[in-house]
Amino acid sequence: MHALVAALDWHLLKERIFDPNHAFGQALIRTVLIAVLAQIFGVLLGLASALFQMSRWRVLRIISYFYVLVVRGTPLIVQIFFVYYGASLLLGFDLFPRTVDFGVVSIDGVVVAGTVALAVNEGAFMSEIIRAGIGAIDRGQMEAAKSVGMSYGLAMRRIVLPQAARVIVPPLGNEFNGMIKNTSLLAFIGVYEIFLDAEQGYSVTFKPVEYFFAVSFWYLVLTTIWGLVQVQIERKLGVSDREEDEGWLQRLLGIQAQARGAR
Amino acid sequence: MSAAAGPIVHAENVEKYFGRIHCLRSVSLEVARGEVVCIIGPSGSGKTTFLRCINHLERIDAGRIEVNGHLIGYRIKDDGTLCEDSERNIARQRTEIGFVFQRFNLWPHKTALENIIEAPIRVRKVPEKEAVTQGEALLERVGLAEKRNAYPGKLSGGQQQRVAIARALAMRPALMLFDEPTSALDPEMIGEVLEVMQELAKEGMTMVVVSHEMGFAREAADRIVMMDDGVVVEEAPPAEFFGSPREARTQQFLSKIL
Repeated sequence: MHALVAALDWHLLKERIFDPNHAFGQALIRTVLIAVLAQIFGVLLGLASALFQMSRWRVLRIISYFYVLVVRGTPLIVQIFFVYYGASLLLGFDLFPRTVDFGVVSIDGVVVAGTVALAVNEGAFMSEIIRAGIGAIDRGQMEAAKSVGMSYGLAMRRIVLPQAARVIVPPLGNEFNGMIKNTSLLAFIGVYEIFLDAEQGYSVTFKPVEYFFAVSFWYLVLTTIWGLVQVQIERKLGVSDREEDEGWLQRLLGIQAQARGAR
Repeated sequence: MSAAAGPIVHAENVEKYFGRIHCLRSVSLEVARGEVVCIIGPSGSGKTTFLRCINHLERIDAGRIEVNGHLIGYRIKDDGTLCEDSERNIARQRTEIGFVFQRFNLWPHKTALENIIEAPIRVRKVPEKEAVTQGEALLERVGLAEKRNAYPGKLSGGQQQRVAIARALAMRPALMLFDEPTSALDPEMIGEVLEVMQELAKEGMTMVVVSHEMGFAREAADRIVMMDDGVVVEEAPPAEFFGSPREARTQQFLSKIL
């Protein structure tokens, strides 16, 4: 045991955590951007799918049903491979060319493909969350909005969704936490994010503990920051409604759930 | 408007099914401008359903309903047949019709004032400042000026219902529909809501009220309509209705509740 710990390259570990190189910095930014973009598009897809599912047109309901069924029922890693390698073959043209030039910035095709795959996957899960959130709002809220002449869209936007948001945000927080970690799967199609960075470092040095411990630390940093942001968002939305709110630390560690249950 | 002289509500042979349940059977009713009509009857008689059909919260399966001379929920195609109206037209027609719900249905994420000014601003496109002035006047009118910034959760049932009435009035409707507006209230709060409604009636608002409040019906209504089992059983002015009801079913119902 002692020998093992002594064998650790403490210098490397410290460097990977406190002073990572430029390539890692780039990878970190890429990880965050992909996670944020995929989540945003995932929420939009989920909203569309949820509204489809509540539509009175059967075709839309069926489309949404199959989308959720297929995406939730197959592994994410398979979906990522399918989107990146399979989509171009199916479509007959290169959907994700090596670089996509947006004038000011150019983005690697593989990054786009990875983000699309994550977003499509996320959309199916968000669809269920949003549908449940909207379903939790009393029907009378929509009726009251309609009775004063609001259209369905306006009533959704102004009356139903703001209330549903309180129900949606907590599980959405969990989803984004998962999203941050799931970006690591994109390493397998060659997206240079922090897991691939660690994996390559390891394959050169054969020092798995240092590299994978350090990259775990960074994932933990990202998810912890998100946890704090989420508490603030929930506060703003008044998710709790309770005057005596728990401190952020309890919220973060999830202590309050058990404490309340025991009461 | 072309039909300004005609009745404000004209319902003709309205039929409504919920699945296999036939809950409105050829219901016809006319309400004149400025008239206050109370619909009473045992629960399950279809009175609430009928009221909800008037502003198309429920679709009717046959017959026709006109408000202010305009067909509700349907439009006449060029070939003379009826088809479902566009969402936009239905929404526009609803701006003419105020609806007060049994369970208030105030929007809990908005203050009393915000509940009132939401639709004028978003639907009628009234400038915000003007809407606020009107909203405050309406709160004053229902006796809740000091509750301007209170959220519904902090209001009593009676106060919530008065805000809900103000919310409906903010659209300046030509007709107000009340669906058992006091049934969900504690007894001591019923009076304050009825008072507001009585005031409205006096000011000449056209009202259709589904209610079990016989006192209100006797005092404020111009006409009482008795429904049972999806049918209009009898209609008469209150003195006649309560004094000498013609139908056996009416007599039976009245003997139970009076």
